[in-house]
Amino acid sequence: MAYNFDWSVLWRQPYGMWLLQGLWLTIKIGLLAWIIALSLGIVIGTLRVTPWKPLRFFASAYTELFRNVPFLVQLFFWYYAGPMLLGDRLGHALNQIIGLNYYVAIFALGIYTASRVAEHMRAGFASIGREQYQAVLSTGMTQYQMYRYVIIPYALRIILPPLTTEFLTIFKNSSIAMTIGVAELTFMSYRIDAETFHGLEATTGAMFIYLLLGLTVVRIMGFIESRFKIPGMIGR
Amino acid sequence: MFDAVIRNFGFLMGGFGVTLQLTACALAGGITLGMIVGLGRIARNKWIYQPVTLYVNFIRNIPLILVIFWFYFVMPIIAGRPLNPFISAVISFIVFEATYFGEIFRAGYQSISVDLIHAAYSTGLTYSQTARYILIPIAFRRMLPSLITQSIITFQDTSLAFVIGLQEFVRRASIVDNLEVRSIQLYGFVGIVFFIFCFIGSKISLHFEEKGRRTGVL
Repeated sequence: MAYNFDWSVLWRQPYGMWLLQGLWLTIKIGLLAWIIALSLGIVIGTLRVTPWKPLRFFASAYTELFRNVPFLVQLFFWYYAGPMLLGDRLGHALNQIIGLNYYVAIFALGIYTASRVAEHMRAGFASIGREQYQAVLSTGMTQYQMYRYVIIPYALRIILPPLTTEFLTIFKNSSIAMTIGVAELTFMSYRIDAETFHGLEATTGAMFIYLLLGLTVVRIMGFIESRFKIPGMIGR
Repeated sequence: MFDAVIRNFGFLMGGFGVTLQLTACALAGGITLGMIVGLGRIARNKWIYQPVTLYVNFIRNIPLILVIFWFYFVMPIIAGRPLNPFISAVISFIVFEATYFGEIFRAGYQSISVDLIHAAYSTGLTYSQTARYILIPIAFRRMLPSLITQSIITFQDTSLAFVIGLQEFVRRASIVDNLEVRSIQLYGFVGIVFFIFCFIGSKISLHFEEKGRRTGVL
């Protein structure tokens, strides 16, 4: 079987535009899911070190649950079973929403990545010495103020490098949203194959777009890391 | 409550069997290639080091799903005939997971200090004895928790073979769901089965990590 390469599927219209639209959707899903992941992850991660046992149990159950089930299964569960869980009327109303798959993808990716962020938060808290906590409390701050103003910002600065990795991973994981029909980058490269039978060129092009996206993210995060790095710590 | 699962239990579990086969092939190939990749990453020769590093950094920046598609498209061209999707899925998992295993092996190799090797030599051990009795056992014990964790991730990753129509666990659940519309129990069941296996695996990994820390290997 002789194969004729046709790299023009990467820029010929409408295919070139499809890839760009896909990239835009990948970026949007990644960023919006990251907002959920970061805010929820900080809360769950903090709950894991609270003195109140039921909260600690809830937070560790959350991370275990989301880390030990493949993301694809989670996504299918929220998309297909999610509306059923809410009962007939609400579920039916939910299924009427146009672009529901897009919102479900953001939600699922966000709460999944939150469990990973929470694990990093816990490691960050563990790396802060006990005397720091005592020093903060001795200034007269309450427990809440201690976490809000000192410990959480401190831990976040410590765990910036692993958070960068998670941020990169969220864009890669957003490709799984194609399985519920979200027209992001991977979906578009597959769609080009369906139209032109030149899937090899389309997926190769998509690989390089992901690579470029990754390099851009690393650049931006490198800037943020150098800005927020704690003086006196070993840099990367 | 699990009526659709019970009715199709054999069919679903057959899919789980495919998932296990995929995992076994991906792990055997991925760990073997990973050992070589790890060696390449600590090579002094830049003609080995640089291509291997490029391969690792390239693959680690790309979603697995795209790697699966790429091999799905490229394999028939290389083979000159349509290929079984199982084979192309296994090849993509090996190529993808080997970069992650490779980095674990690299860290393991690098964690051995030169002093330890000198100490072994000074007791009169030969090179192969040093490797056999000192280096490999210590490096292996240090890497074991990460190797188990990455194996669990590989097990979860095999679910993505779904996208090229391979009838593994999740694909079979979705086939049943299309007929019976019992999404909650079907995907719930798939999730529970994955959870049990991965949870036990993560506890085993944690056990070895704590043991390593207690005995001072880590």
